[in-house]
Amino acid sequence: MAKLVIRNGRVIDPASGLDAVSDVAIDGGVIAAVENNIDATGAEEYDASGLVVAPGFIDMHVHLREPGFEHAETIETGARAAAAGGFTSICCMPNTQPVNDNATVTRFIVETAWRMAKVNVYPIGAITTGSEGEELAAIGSMKQAGIVAISDDGRPVMNSRVMRRAMETAAAMHLPVIDHCEDLHLSSGGDMHEGVESVRRGLRGIPAVSEEVMVARDILLAELTGARYHVAHISTRHAIEMVAFARSRGLPVTCEATPHHLALADEDMPPYDSNYKMKPPLRGHEHVNAVIQGIASGAVDAIATDHAPHAGSEKMQEFERCPFGIIGLETALGLALDRLVHPGHITLARMVALFTTGPARILNLDRGTLRPGATADLTIFDPNRQWTWDVNRSHSKSRNSPFHGRTFRGGPVATIVDGAVIWSVD
Amino acid sequence: MPGLLGIEQLERSEIQAILDRTRHFQPIQNQSFRRLDVLRGRSVVNLFFEASTRTRTSFEIAAKRLGADTVSISASASSVSKGESLVDTLNTLAAMRPDAIVMRHAASGAPHFLARHLPTPIINAGDGTHEHPTQALLDARTILDRRGTLENLHVAIIGDIAHSRVARSNIYLLSRYGAQTVLCGPPALLPRELAKIAPGVRLTHDMRDAIKNADVIMMLRVQLERMHEPAIPASEYFRFYGLRPEHVELAHRDVIVMHPGPINRGREISSEVADSQKSVILNQVENGVAVRMAVLERILAPAAENN
Repeated sequence: MAKLVIRNGRVIDPASGLDAVSDVAIDGGVIAAVENNIDATGAEEYDASGLVVAPGFIDMHVHLREPGFEHAETIETGARAAAAGGFTSICCMPNTQPVNDNATVTRFIVETAWRMAKVNVYPIGAITTGSEGEELAAIGSMKQAGIVAISDDGRPVMNSRVMRRAMETAAAMHLPVIDHCEDLHLSSGGDMHEGVESVRRGLRGIPAVSEEVMVARDILLAELTGARYHVAHISTRHAIEMVAFARSRGLPVTCEATPHHLALADEDMPPYDSNYKMKPPLRGHEHVNAVIQGIASGAVDAIATDHAPHAGSEKMQEFERCPFGIIGLETALGLALDRLVHPGHITLARMVALFTTGPARILNLDRGTLRPGATADLTIFDPNRQWTWDVNRSHSKSRNSPFHGRTFRGGPVATIVDGAVIWSVD
Repeated sequence: MPGLLGIEQLERSEIQAILDRTRHFQPIQNQSFRRLDVLRGRSVVNLFFEASTRTRTSFEIAAKRLGADTVSISASASSVSKGESLVDTLNTLAAMRPDAIVMRHAASGAPHFLARHLPTPIINAGDGTHEHPTQALLDARTILDRRGTLENLHVAIIGDIAHSRVARSNIYLLSRYGAQTVLCGPPALLPRELAKIAPGVRLTHDMRDAIKNADVIMMLRVQLERMHEPAIPASEYFRFYGLRPEHVELAHRDVIVMHPGPINRGREISSEVADSQKSVILNQVENGVAVRMAVLERILAPAAENN
């Protein structure tokens, strides 16, 4: 593989504590050196002056819709959107058709990704067969086939006994359990966050407590079983507090936050616009602030997009009939800079950690660092470049984004996987 | 006015203009069968995705009295039951170029969704559990007729507030006039957040507390079709939230009792009250036509208002 030297970037590698202007040399698909004035004889050079050079971003929560819903997204198109968002690795949730609850489906995803995807794709297996919440899925053979975690994302395991067994199994197999925390009885029929706005609009509410009771249950079960437990798309104040509490007790409990839960509150929703409909729903301002504070205080370990493509026709319906979810890969970095770094809540290095070492540690991935010898996955971004998001130019097959037309300060410039530039900005 | 989706977005001046204009149409109702021709050659489509007799008929009569051509379509008889999406149904209708679409739908926000995608003015005839603007306007007209003013009234709204589009529209309208509105119902049908949707709103679970000194009592229908769980045992509803003569005595002596209909005698209101002198339930129905005439005229022939 050709040698590549990235010149004069601000190299931020949280894993090694590095944040300095430096060169990065890549050789044979791995990081060869991170130092000043690297001799580039015979190498291609990339001028990264004024840019940040970071380990490749990892999005631990996406929906690629393949197999089964290829009209909304495929592994190929989802991976392209990921690359355009600065992500070099993505982890796909199992709610496909068929559900990724056995090694055959896992292998299909791994092999399709190998052929079609420009970024690394790590499947997440289902907790229960068909994500129906009753019988445990073939977790062991899925692990052998390549899953990095288990989750019944979108269809949370309501039966606590089943969840207990799942956690025991996952602990024995060294897999984290990721839960979409939602008590389906409390949230039943809900379309948006329960609060003044839902009452005003005559829409049924999804109360914050529907998330919080499940976080509480899961933390207790994690303590009982010794499982590594991760809260997906955390969105409420008490959920953040409980994760922090669990950590203070030394439990291996982690959580992720989505960019949209940092950027929007329920009040920001235009009337009945389904591009603002997702789960968890956009919460009230006090929750948005709590999640941001949770990131600032270190209670939140990762930023994950919950990229959830839906075809236009699915979102062109009565609000209550529209499916939940928005696409998010291409706006994640812009939103994180906007909501976290520019206002001064966290440093640039900490933001990079949320996109790299955070998810890598949770999922035990051998990625997310620029140490010599590491796989050469890199994200190069400009923390200040002004750009405007045009959803019609998205690499995703779907267009369901509430951020269309939004102007960002800062965004990805180039994405490098295994030492090769797989995407760069126009 | 580009259409009428709800009261929440309306200025008080707009509301007042409609209420004033409604007066102009009230006498005509008493001279039966007299038609006007301000909307001659205009077509109004009544599209009802949810069963309704009185509202649909009321809109139909209002449009006809103004000289418009009307077509009424109910969902069960249309292609909706054949699986056509809402957008396609409305696109089809819009292609026939009606001048306005009057729409009722079981989903909150359905008319707002369509208004974003269609150029035709849309009049909301009730959307899910959100708003029913013409009902609030006709209620306001009825209060004005009997009490002479909308200013600073004590209004008690009693029943299933959570699922009531009538309640929401009335709360928004009355708050524009400085009303003190007390909402009353069983806890599961009275979300706490209601107190914050408009100024001057207070909640109580005690009917006597709600009615004390009230100028207006608005009863709501118990909406079994919108209840997803038992909020209160049916056997207890009338006992705690049914309006009976002894309640009315607690109110202001000129109190009026309203109900958007259809009434369930013995469930939310006793026959004695429904048929009493205090009851203005039939006046509401009568004003329904006049208010809808004013709304249709304002949307389709605003210049005619000066005549």
